[in-house]
Formats: sequence, C-alpha cells, structure tokens
Amino acid sequence: MNTYTIQLMLKDNIPDVSGKALEQDAKRYFQITTGSVRTSKIFTILSEKTKIEIRDLAEQSLKDAILHDVYMDYLFIDPAFQRHLFMAKLPGVTDDEGVSAQKTYADFFNIDIESGEQFIFTGEYYYIENMLSDDDLKFLGNELLGNPLINHIEFGKLKSKIEYVPTVLIKSDVRIDHIDIDRSDDELLELSKNMLLSLDLKEMQTIRDHYLNDKTKTLRKRIGMSEVPTDCELEVLGQTWSEHCKHKEFNAIITYKDLDTGEEKKIDSLFKTYIYNSTKIIRERFEKGGNDWILKVFNDNAGVVKIDDESVFIWKVETHNSPSALDPYGGALTGIVGVNRDPMGTGIGGGKCLFNTNVLCFGSPYYNGELLEGQLHPRRIMSGVVKGIEDGGNKSGIPTINGSIVFDDRFRGKPLVYCGTAAVMPMYYNGKPSWDKPIDIGDRIVMAGGRIGKDGIHGATFSSLEIDEHSPRSAVQIGSPITQKNMSDFMEKAARSGLLKSSTDNGAGGLSSSIGELAEITGGAVVELDKAPLKYHGLQPWEIFVSESQERMSFVIEPDKMDALSAMAKDYEVEITDIGYFTNSGYLDIRYKEERAAYLDLDFMHNAVPKKQMEAEWKTPKLQEPGIVDADYNDILMKLMGSLNICSKDPVIRVYDHEVKGKTVIKPLMGENGNAPQDAGVIRINHKDFTGVAVSNGIIPRYGDIDAYEMSAGSFDEAVRQIIAVGGKLPDPNEKDGIFWTVNDNFCVPDSLYDEKKNPDGKYKLAQLVQMNEALYDMTTYFNIPLTSGKDSMKNDFKKGKVKISVPPTILYSMVAKIDDVRKTITSDFKEAGDVIYQVGKTYNELGGSECYALFDVLGANVPKVRKEDAKRIYDKMAKANEKELIASAHDMSDGGLAVALTESAFGGNKGCKIEIPETEIGALAELFSESHSRFVVSVPEKKAKAFEKLFADDCRQLGQVTDEDNMTVFIEGIEAINSKVRDLQESWSNGLRK
Amino acid sequence: MVKALVVTGFGINCEEEMAAAYHLLGAEATILHLNELFQERDSIHNYDILNFPGGFSFGDDIGSAKVLANKFKFKKMSSGKLFIDEISQFLKNGKYIIGVCNGFQALVKMGLLPNIGGNYGQEVTLTNNASGKFEDRWVHCSITPDNPTPFLSDKNIKGMDLPVRHGEGKLIIRDEEIKACIIENKLNVLTYTDKDGNSTTDYPANPNGSELNCAGLCDVSGQVFGLMPHPEAYLSLYNHPDWAGKKRTNPDISEDGEGMSIFKNIVEKVKNKNEV
Repeated sequence: MNTYTIQLMLKDNIPDVSGKALEQDAKRYFQITTGSVRTSKIFTILSEKTKIEIRDLAEQSLKDAILHDVYMDYLFIDPAFQRHLFMAKLPGVTDDEGVSAQKTYADFFNIDIESGEQFIFTGEYYYIENMLSDDDLKFLGNELLGNPLINHIEFGKLKSKIEYVPTVLIKSDVRIDHIDIDRSDDELLELSKNMLLSLDLKEMQTIRDHYLNDKTKTLRKRIGMSEVPTDCELEVLGQTWSEHCKHKEFNAIITYKDLDTGEEKKIDSLFKTYIYNSTKIIRERFEKGGNDWILKVFNDNAGVVKIDDESVFIWKVETHNSPSALDPYGGALTGIVGVNRDPMGTGIGGGKCLFNTNVLCFGSPYYNGELLEGQLHPRRIMSGVVKGIEDGGNKSGIPTINGSIVFDDRFRGKPLVYCGTAAVMPMYYNGKPSWDKPIDIGDRIVMAGGRIGKDGIHGATFSSLEIDEHSPRSAVQIGSPITQKNMSDFMEKAARSGLLKSSTDNGAGGLSSSIGELAEITGGAVVELDKAPLKYHGLQPWEIFVSESQERMSFVIEPDKMDALSAMAKDYEVEITDIGYFTNSGYLDIRYKEERAAYLDLDFMHNAVPKKQMEAEWKTPKLQEPGIVDADYNDILMKLMGSLNICSKDPVIRVYDHEVKGKTVIKPLMGENGNAPQDAGVIRINHKDFTGVAVSNGIIPRYGDIDAYEMSAGSFDEAVRQIIAVGGKLPDPNEKDGIFWTVNDNFCVPDSLYDEKKNPDGKYKLAQLVQMNEALYDMTTYFNIPLTSGKDSMKNDFKKGKVKISVPPTILYSMVAKIDDVRKTITSDFKEAGDVIYQVGKTYNELGGSECYALFDVLGANVPKVRKEDAKRIYDKMAKANEKELIASAHDMSDGGLAVALTESAFGGNKGCKIEIPETEIGALAELFSESHSRFVVSVPEKKAKAFEKLFADDCRQLGQVTDEDNMTVFIEGIEAINSKVRDLQESWSNGLRK
Repeated sequence: MVKALVVTGFGINCEEEMAAAYHLLGAEATILHLNELFQERDSIHNYDILNFPGGFSFGDDIGSAKVLANKFKFKKMSSGKLFIDEISQFLKNGKYIIGVCNGFQALVKMGLLPNIGGNYGQEVTLTNNASGKFEDRWVHCSITPDNPTPFLSDKNIKGMDLPVRHGEGKLIIRDEEIKACIIENKLNVLTYTDKDGNSTTDYPANPNGSELNCAGLCDVSGQVFGLMPHPEAYLSLYNHPDWAGKKRTNPDISEDGEGMSIFKNIVEKVKNKNEV
C-alpha cells in the first residue's frame, strides 16, 4: 500500500476567498494580523495504484483546470509566506469530502469500492504571510478554523510534506464481559459511574434485584447465559432507562407546594397529566364532531395528521443542545439531519421532507465577559450552529421556511438548538395505511445507511485521557447530509414500491433504542451484531448496539422482499444489511457470532424503571414596575430596532435555502425590497393545487422571570397569532372543514431536581416547570390545538468547577395549521399609500419583561397576560376579515410592541405612516412598546375600511394611514411621540447583527 | 408529446419542481436516478429535453458538481459507453439540454458549456461567490437580445426576476480569447442587472461577482443552456417575494411565474419541430 499526497493549489490569478476570510476574521475577532493568506486542499490517498495513475487522477479529476495547480507528495513552497497551518480530521471523524473523493476515484478507475474503511483523507493547508507565533497559529486553528475535539492541527514554518494519516486502529480484543451485580449500594453507584450508565441508586438496585431473582436465574441458566449481566445488557438498560429515552422527570411524582397559599398537590407525571391528557381530550372533541384528522399521536417517531384523502402530514421538533455547546457545527448539523429522520421513519416510512424550521437561543455575539474552560464564545457558537443548519438543510434539499433567534446571556453556556422537520406521506401505500407500523414474527430487521463507529457512545462524558492518536473520536459527531439524502431518496422509492413494511430511525441510543422499541410490537427480536457493517474493526458488541453513528435507519422487511430491496439499494448506493428478525419470545436476544451478548426481558427493559419523586415549591417573586419618566420615544425605537432580539436576521436567513422545491409562498423576508420580516412561513403541499400549511414558533423565555405560567401561555399565543396573521383559521371540532392544527412542545429547562448543595433552588425551578405545563394544558384545550409530538430537555446547565450557567426555563411551541388556499394568505408589509391602518386587539400596561424595559436594564412586574377569550374572538374575526379579502397587510405585535410592528410594516412595503392615538389610559410608553398579546397591525384598502370596522367593532381602533413618505409619525393625545425617517429605523434594524 | 428527462440522485434536489414545470405545460416529464441510465435500463435518446436540476450533488465536495462531472466523463455505463459520448450523440440528434445551478456547474465542468473549442475541454468554471458564502436571494436578470438559445427565444421577454441559491456561482473564464468568443456569439445569455435593467457588478444585485455579470451561458448551437438562478423555483406568481404587492397593483396578473417562460419556449420549440 502506498501513501500519496495531492495538493490542489489555487492559481495566482484566482481570488482566494477562504484565505481572505481567515485574514479578515483573525483581525476582526482576535486582533491577529496574518498578512496575506493562501489556502490549498490536501488529499492523502492510500492506494495500490502507481504514482502515474494517481497523478492522472489528480490532474484529470480532482483539480479544476481553471482554478488549480497540482502538487504531488511534496508541498508547494511560496517564499513570500513564513508560516503554515494544517487542518485535518481526527481518526474516525466523518470526512465526507474524502468519501466523495473515493467515489470519483472509483468512477475514474472504473472499479467497485467497498463502502468500508476510508482510504482518502482531506485537509486544508494554509500559507500565512506574517511571522505569527506558534501560540497564535494554534489559537487560530482551534478558535477560527476548527475544534480540537474533531480536528488534527499542525502549525509552524512551511513544511515540505504531510505525514499525518488519520487511520483508525483499535488495539483491544473484542469480547463480551460479565459484570457481577451482587454489590452494596455504594458499589452499585460506583459501577454506574464507572460504566457511565447515568443510573441512580434506585435504578441500579432494581437491576440488581432483577438478576438476583430466582426466576431470572433459572431462565438464564436454561438458555446458557451467565447469571450476572453482560456489559451489553447493562449498557442497553442504561440507554433504555436514560432521561433522554424514558423522560423520567416528566413522568415523576411531583409534590407541589404553593408557599403563597400553603396549598399542596401531587402530580403523577407531568406528561400524562398535562400533555397526554390535553391531547386526548382534544382528540375526543374532534372525533365527536365527526373530524378524524388526528391519525397518530405519541406512539411513533412523530405525530401524524391527515391533510386530505391522499396525503398525511408528519412533523417533529427536537433539541440538540449539549452537542452544539461542544461542537456547534457538528451539533447543529446532526440536530437537523437527525430530526429529518423522525418523520422519515414514522409509520411505514419514506415520507418526503417538506420543510425545516429552527429556533436558536444564544448568548450575545458581542458578549465580552469571562469564558470558562471549555466554554466557547457565543459568537462562535452562533456561527457554527448557523453553518450546521445551513449545510444540514441546504444539502438535503429541504427548505428552511421559518425560524427565530433569541438572545439572552444565560444561553451563553448552553445554547438551545431547536430543529424541526415536516414530511408528507401518501395516505396509503398499495392500500395500506402509511402511518401504521405493522411487524410480524419472522420479519427481517434491516439496517440501512451509514456504517457503525464509536460515534456518540456515552456522548460527551468520554474522557480525553483514554485516547491516543489513533483512537476514533466519539464525543462529537458530524452528520453526512449526502449519505442521508441518498437514503431518503431510496426510502421514498422503496416505500412506494411496497418493499418497506415499517421503519424507524437510529438516533439516540442507536440500534438499542430502535430495535428495542420495534421489538415491543411483536414481543421479541433476535439481532446478530457480527453482521452489522462497521466503519473500522475492533468495536465491542455492546458498542455496536448502542453506537449513535448517524444517517442510519432500521427497516422491517418481509423475507421474500429482501432481494428486490437489495437491488434497489444498490441503485441508490445505499448500504443495507440484514441483522436479524422479529420473534414473540418476550426477549431481546442479541448475538455476537456464537455467543449471546444480551438476553433481556422486554417487559423488564421497558416497564421496570422506578418512578422518580420530585419536589416543587412556588413563591411569587417580589417585583415592581420601574417608573420610567421623560423617555425619548424616538431614541427608544431606534435602539429597539437595532437590538439583538428585534434586529434583522438577514445574514442568517439568507444562508438557508428557503425555496428549494418551489413551493414556499411566505418566506422569512418578503416585500418589494425583500426585507419585510414575516410572522409565519407558508408552503404548498404540491405543485398541483393551492393547499398549504403555515408554520410558526412561539418562544419568550424572558417573561418566565416574572411568571412562568404567563410565559408559557404567551409563547403559545404568539405561535397561534403568527399563523392568524398570515391568514390562518382556528380549528373547530364541530366544523368539518378539514382544517388541522398541530403543535409540538419543546421544554428546555435548567436542572430542576432539588439538591441541598448542588441545586438549592431546584424546587422553585420545578415549580416553574409545573406552571409552564399548566399553561400548556389550558391553552391547548381552550384552542383545541393538539400536541402531536414534543420533547423535553432537562439539564441545560454548563458547569465548570463551582460555576454554573443555567438557561432560563424555556418552552418553544412550534405550530402548523393547514391553509386551504395559499393565494389568500397575507404578508406583513404595507401595500399602498392611503390604506387605513388599524390596531386589532387591546394594549394593556404590560411592559414587564419587554424589550423596551431590557434597554433600561429593568425587568418590571406587569408581564403580558393571555386573555384567551378575547384572543379567540379576535382570531375568529381576523379569519372572517381575510375570507372577505378586507386585509392588505397584517403583522403580529410582539417584541417591541406597536412601534416596532408599525416600523417593520412600513419599511417592508417601502412606505411610511401617519399615526394618531387620540386618547390613552396607559401612557405613551405602554402604548408604543407594551407587548400585550393577541394584537396585530393591520392595513386595509380605504374602500374596505367600513366593512372592516363593522366586523371588528370594539376589537379594533383606527391608527392612521399608510403614506408614500419616508417618515413615520405617531401622535399620542395630540403630542408628537415619534417622528423618524423610516429609512433610518430600517438601517438600525439592518445592522443589529453586523456590528 | 414532448418528453423531458429529469435526472436525479447523489444529492440533486430540484428534480420535483423541474418536472413540475413540464407537467404544468402539458409535457411529459420523467424523473430518473442516474444509475438507471448508467445501467442502461433507459436511455436519454428516448427523450427530447435533458434536464440537470440543481442541488448539492456529492455535497459540493472537491468543488461543486465536480464528482458528478467526473462520473459523466469517466465512469463506463454497463455496455462500456461513456455518458458524455451519449450526450454528444444526443446533441448531434438536435436535442436540448438545460442545467440549473448544480446542473449548470456540471455542464461547465464536463466541458459542455460554452464548448467553443468543440472538444468538451473545460473553458470556464463556476466557483466560490465573492461574498464567500451561500446565499438565497432574488435577483433581476436581463436576457441578451438575439441570443442563440431556444430556451430564451421569446422576444417579448427582456428580463425576469429569479431566485439564486448558491455558494459557487462566480463564473471565471479561462482566458481573453474564450471571453471574446462568448461575447461575440452572445453566449452570455443571462446577465445580473440592477432594478433598472443595467448590467451590474454591484453586490447583491450581482450575487457572486461573475465575470461579464453572467448568470447563464449557452453553447454556440444554443442547444445547451445553463444558468445559476432557478427558473423552476418561479413557476408560480406565489413564489415571488412581492407576490402580494404585485397582485395589489395588478389584480389581473397572471398566476404563472416568470421562470415558466424558459420551459414554455423549449416545449414549444420541440413541439413545432416534432410536428414538422
């Protein structure tokens, strides 16, 4: 085997865009002056081919004839440059570009290659003009170009050769270990800790008692298993009983004390009490009214609702917070391609992804405080996460039609990265309901997609001390959108051809989770782990079973369809492997060659996890209003427009493809100049008719500092009103209009398990979580919007030594509603001068937690409250007004209140406005900036104004008129409060993220 | 019936809307995985128009559409033929090819555009945007008058708004000689312009810094047409970011998008040819 190095050097006359970017960013963010920078691409090739053959490959297929010169084995030397930086991947880290180069290698030489071990590795070699110190070079490598968790970095004076080859070599023997479980409590806890099982004492005792039970002993003896558990069995239990999979805290028994009133209550499972029950009630109401569009909730990868008689809608929103804190790019990329697999693996599977959405919570990119060891700067987290979402969505060909970013410095330790995906499946595949998940005894278990490596095993807890230069890195994972795209194309075809019987995704917990769950359907499964395809040799059986290597699905296939499926997989270049079959033995039977790696009672595995007990204590915080006097409203508005939570997200939005597939009708930015921010995304289902869906996200964590209930209720209202703003119509159980609404709840909270020392305010945090759930129940059942999927993430704290940075308790409601005719949707920008402007909904003195107060660095007390009866009446009227085509523009009022909504509508339409509020009961500051819920700024053509006013009556007030001038004036009680050039306000808005 | 073939696979992702364009025009569109063509279960010669849609074939690795172009140039089909030779025959038979975005990049990198030398040598390339990043935004394009391609033959249409969605759309031309030939033969058929229709180097109206402010090229015969903006993403009025404003100004505006004209032109051309 020969090792060749190919260097592709940009020709002198070609602008070096990445070199320039490094030069600029080094100066801008770190004040390091690199001088000129040149970049080059390195391919390290392990091959039996001759040097001449590899040179031909490089000259004819790797280089671009216009752009590159090829250097082979020896690197190009440019005497004008003093230093170099070389960035490559650590062993075992996804190198997609290397894989693509291998495909070109195979095509060029016309040979077949196994999709097994990697033999082409890529890297970047940078030439740096100035004589930077090693420390500076290393710093740039670690902070700007890569991440020590995934990258191999070399630096110093110019080199003549690259020697680094990231092959994976694992030295340990492959074997199944047996672990004595008959231990004392202390020893059990130590075992849990040493094996990184994350199980508490009660759970460990439950496992011990199970193995010490005579019945278990007898059975294990009969089938030839050791009396004590295998490593694989403990790992599977650790995985199955993890917080991530069993949601132990959402299922805990909570004692809730209200210290204000002295009342106490017991809540047996937040999930069951609030989430499950609300949806059950709503489903019953719709079914009673003759509406059967809720097809599946809670018992698959994602919920399913009916669009029409031909197709169903599936969607799921999840978080990927911890991985994004470690490696923002890989974490977010894996987050988005990971959540794609949920709708793809629902029911029979093979749904076609329709859109992505994402909501991101970061610390300020301008944060200049201290950073703890291992903590990345918020700006870096943000740029990495955005790049990950960009690649994950764009390379998969899924439009990112809607999203939001929330800034709060409490997210600087752990960012929140919410990723969501919707898909559409035909209602039936060859007459079979697509959302069902049938499995019969004897059906084959087939793994498809990427190969298995050590990726994600025990996540971030993997200690860096245990690894040498050839150990595969497992702490962070980088997704491969192209591997997954091939697989999703394949699944779509296989499902339509009737070859897939059922499918599920391999995400967290890998095969252990996916097969463990599918096996419950028939009541057993046999898995032959030695058949599973590996990225490299040397994985332990338990590692194969729990690995979280990405881009994998598990299929259920009838034995006689295997040949047809294999042939199709070959066409799509997707690797599929038969790794076992389903039984009704009651056991998960995991084999490795002649041995059994695990033989687990499914009932024990899924139902024996002990219930947690938790304590919550509520005490209303003592807060007061600040009493701001002599405010300069023009100045406040100008600052608000440029503030992080309100300013334009254009630099982020534009890197996401929001219109691939050609069905997006309302994109994040619209209007004459393409800069009018919109409230909800709208996309068509197909190219044939004009049916579509609207998508929105409601999230307002800062209100939770005053009142967690109102924060949750307000976030819900925000999501509803955004859909109403674009022309949605509320669901009605008694009307057979086929309009479906679905909501995904996503809780992200700090550690809420009380511990006297480690978490002294845990009881208060849990009380906040309870209140958030109470609001969720009240809102969903009031509006009849079912929770079809959801997720919770319970430990969003970044800890180092004694310092803990905790996120504020946060809930995201992601909502989708069916739109009958997308041609009747409404955008936010003012359309024509002379149109009459109205405020719909009432403003209260509710500046508590507002963006306005945040400018003054005060919290306040009057948090916006949801008045749901008013809200519903107003939303119904909005739908009626839209039906009658009365509305020219509608914009939801949220962050920054009326003044901000008016400004956005004005510059969005290249217009101005004249506003007069003749009287006020709440004062100018509240009129302009209060964030009361359930309100809109609406513009109406003059000739329709009368009809509009008649319909809305007391629920609207006329504010003024749209003008053609570059000016916005607001008079309150005859006094000029605002008089600003719209263009100046827009400028402030545009530059918020560009400072 | 006019028959369009839309190829897919390996990360191509605009096949659905590309096919929709033909369906909406009453033509026949078949979406086929490239491996089906390499296995020779079907042939491009059974179709009139060959479409290379946009997407991220092979993740843009090694350079956008590079791995795909290599496949067309080097990988033998099951009978031992090369795909590029099939394409050459397809063109000799007087048929048409369009490549959008990643498809355009593939046409350029396998030497089909502009192919002034006639030997499929690479004469131009499409590489990193001057901005250094991927961007999705709408641009104005003008159509070069009297250009040779039937895809842009409608003389009533001087220009159109279209979305661009790419990170590697900057056209770089090998040398002055090629550039002169492109200009002389009016092969730079689509140009980024400002709002008033003037060719522009200014970002973001020119989103990538292309030489000649070029958004699309054709070959000398006009049979092969490639462009970075996405006409298949503007089949409907409701794709446009200002559809609501346009509709307010002109309540009777057509519900077709401007991108539709490109497909309409070629379908008409083939229809007329088939009837003769």
